[in-house]
Amino acid sequence: MTLDRWIAAVFLVLCLVYGYTAFFTMDAGLPPFMKRNPIWPSTFPKILAGLGIICALIVLVTSKPTPIKTDEIDHRRLGEYKLGQAFGLIAMMVAYAFALRPIGFIGSTVLFLAVSGIVLGERRFHILIPVAIVAALFIWFLVQQVLGIFLRPWPWFM
Amino acid sequence: MLEGMLTGLATAFSISNILMVIGGCLIGTFIGMLPGLGPMSIIAIMIPIAITIGDPSAALILLAGVYYGAIFGGSTSSILINAPGVASTVATSFDGYPMARQGKAGKALTVAAISSFCGGTIGAILLMIFAPALASVALSFHSAEYFALMVVGLSAIATFAGTGQVAKAIMMTVLGLMLATVGEAALFNAPRFTGGIMDLQSGFSFITLAMAMFALPEAIFLVLDPARSNTGGGSSEIKDLRITRAEARSIAPVIGRQSIQGFLIGVLPGAGATIASFLGYAVERNIASEEDKKQFGKGSIKGLSAPETANNAACTGSFVPLLTLGIPGSGTTAILLGALIALNVTPGPRLMVDEPQIFWSVIVSMYIGNLVLLVLNLPLIPYIAKILAVPRNYLIPFILFFTLMGAYIGQNNATELLILIGLGVLATVLRLADFPLPPLLIGFILGSMLENNFARSMQLYDGPSFIWERPMTLGLLLLAAALVLLPSYRARRARAKAQGVADGD
Repeated sequence: MTLDRWIAAVFLVLCLVYGYTAFFTMDAGLPPFMKRNPIWPSTFPKILAGLGIICALIVLVTSKPTPIKTDEIDHRRLGEYKLGQAFGLIAMMVAYAFALRPIGFIGSTVLFLAVSGIVLGERRFHILIPVAIVAALFIWFLVQQVLGIFLRPWPWFM
Repeated sequence: MLEGMLTGLATAFSISNILMVIGGCLIGTFIGMLPGLGPMSIIAIMIPIAITIGDPSAALILLAGVYYGAIFGGSTSSILINAPGVASTVATSFDGYPMARQGKAGKALTVAAISSFCGGTIGAILLMIFAPALASVALSFHSAEYFALMVVGLSAIATFAGTGQVAKAIMMTVLGLMLATVGEAALFNAPRFTGGIMDLQSGFSFITLAMAMFALPEAIFLVLDPARSNTGGGSSEIKDLRITRAEARSIAPVIGRQSIQGFLIGVLPGAGATIASFLGYAVERNIASEEDKKQFGKGSIKGLSAPETANNAACTGSFVPLLTLGIPGSGTTAILLGALIALNVTPGPRLMVDEPQIFWSVIVSMYIGNLVLLVLNLPLIPYIAKILAVPRNYLIPFILFFTLMGAYIGQNNATELLILIGLGVLATVLRLADFPLPPLLIGFILGSMLENNFARSMQLYDGPSFIWERPMTLGLLLLAAALVLLPSYRARRARAKAQGVADGD
């Protein structure tokens, strides 16, 4: 099965869950006076669920394998690309999201920029680390002082 | 109209707003030159900054400047290093890159800048004429017509966005609409589809979704394929920016034709700059004289001028449905619409009546933006082009960081970042499978408006009878159905014909 069929199948399941919620569970909490209304909170989702199921089925049935692309990234040749680096950076982003509160903006940003550079293969630490520190301080200054948005700069104990 | 223009001039010519245009154009050119970062990603990254400015005119002026700058930057990189940052500048590289290889890079950049300038300026004049007329018609629209109009817009976008894969595009639109129903709806005050997660109570944030759909997948693609960010050290000498009088004379009619054609294509929802630039190139090649025709593809200035003009005129044209109907016709204008809503401005026919200074200052800033590109960015290009030498190992972490920051400073909430990363990975998978993403975002942005207008008409007519009782609504909905069904019908007929020749399997 090709990737777009898989996606259509997942989307079909999503629509079924969404439609089930709209058709069977949502109206239970509807106050009695709203029952006389021609439109309920679930009306529009019901239409969407129907449309979504039709589209998913059409894609599922009619999708055909496309020729392998050479100029763009093709998912069938995914192994030839830098998958490890991509997953490494996604993991870095997740780590950044969790580190932002406890470590503070400046510390986590320096770490994020520096470690991401290392993941990508940078080994000139004497350039990478100063660049990361200067950039983090500069952006913190810009956001905090110029735009006036508060970002906690230091770790929790400071 | 004159009065409106004067209001616009007064707003746009304040020092801070002129700085906004100049800053926006410079930032846009700077980032737009980086391969892989198109106007959509750049505007998505700039939105949090624009929103914190607070003044809607200034914010829109800044974003419009960024938009133009990004388009100009994109054509620069496709001329200098044959690496079009966006689909709409692919046609520019057909003739621009050969010119650069012949050592005429400076001349090619000048032709591109002049063509963009003329295309943008003529487009802005046409916008000034068309938009008020369309807005006055739109003022008589009822919520039923709005509902129908949005359905037309969404189906047109789906039809154009997915060339030959309408079902996929509609599927993405429906997904966008479904995402829009998460959270509390305006009309009912009851949370829907939140799964009990508090952070989803107010729905998905539009900025997060825009970042996740465009900036993040692009960055992940850059990581996956180092060749995408390969700039080939293309800091070739840029000199001799002048063009001769004869060259100017030969591109003048091209500019005239393509400005109008590009603008009209840009007005159509879903068509946009990419189609305009390719069509402009094709039309000019077909009507060129025999000896000119041989030049096309080998460094013809007409072939460079045509897509550049059409591209910029179409970008201006895409503002018409946004400003007059409040319906975005492209991914970029959809992002602008989201920014406007965040600034408490509702684009639509009332915009010109209620807040004329916003409308006109945007138009005036378009002229200023084009002028800035011509007189400021063009001479600076040899220096700005140095950014192409930033190594990938530094560039990518910064792109990712700005994407994360954009979602974070709007909400100050780390959960938002996790939602962003999750949706971004999802969008990357969708892109790998060739699902078009702009319909998803446009569906998301139009979702709540579509539902509100639908709900209002349902309440007014006590049921769905408005669909057949209002002829205009019925007509628009039939048009939408035709837009969706016609391409698949024609594809089926073409398939049937092909099967008649070959054997059916």
